[in-house]
Amino acid sequence: MARISVQTEDFDTGAEIAALTAGRTDIGGIGCFIGTVRDQPGPKDAAASPPVVALTLEHYPGMTERAIERIVASAEARWPLLGCTVIHRVGTMRVGENIVLVIAASSHRQAALDATAFLIDWLKTKAPFWKREESVDGQGTWVEAREADDEAAARWHSV
Amino acid sequence: MSKPLTILYFAWLRERVGRSQEELDLPPSVRTVADLVTYLADRGPGYATVFQNRRTVRCAVNQEFADPDAPIHPGDEIAFFPPVTGG
Repeated sequence: MARISVQTEDFDTGAEIAALTAGRTDIGGIGCFIGTVRDQPGPKDAAASPPVVALTLEHYPGMTERAIERIVASAEARWPLLGCTVIHRVGTMRVGENIVLVIAASSHRQAALDATAFLIDWLKTKAPFWKREESVDGQGTWVEAREADDEAAARWHSV
Repeated sequence: MSKPLTILYFAWLRERVGRSQEELDLPPSVRTVADLVTYLADRGPGYATVFQNRRTVRCAVNQEFADPDAPIHPGDEIAFFPPVTGG
């Protein structure tokens, strides 16, 4: 049973891993990805743009949760997962803050690592979130989708 | 009387259109997502800006991603938004 949460509050990675593994003796590997806010702007004229100070995540309430449930179900169909956690924050986050947490547990490392990569690749391309960057000069810019993200998501279609 | 459509806008589409949500009685000319895009593009300058480049607009019908040829029915929840950038 996966834990899925879309929330404004920060998350505690250690506590989430502890909760996922509590009482389990069958887990042999845990993959974990944490996405954080960086000061470097997105792909559009990154070099010429001033540093980012904050990120605002907008989402589509209702559809977001359904989309994440579907992505997790796809991961569970591909790998023998023993536990899975996806937490995605929304609202405004400052540089250095957490955005997203993905944890996948399995009996062996390869499934845990692959499922973790799959989950974040598909989250970036198949869940209705939109990032808006705020730079030091107060300007806000909607982040444009990257072809590289689509390619990263597409590589799993052959798995 | 059939139920109106609920239309939602997100991210920069919401800013350009100037609203996050509206209701619309299903126009007789609209049978698919592509028909609705054509209809909405004529509603004003903000709409025209949003819908002129259809490659940058994505759609969901009843909270499922939908192609331009997806059918639309009275009472549907239709959302328009840019390509997603979460994660």
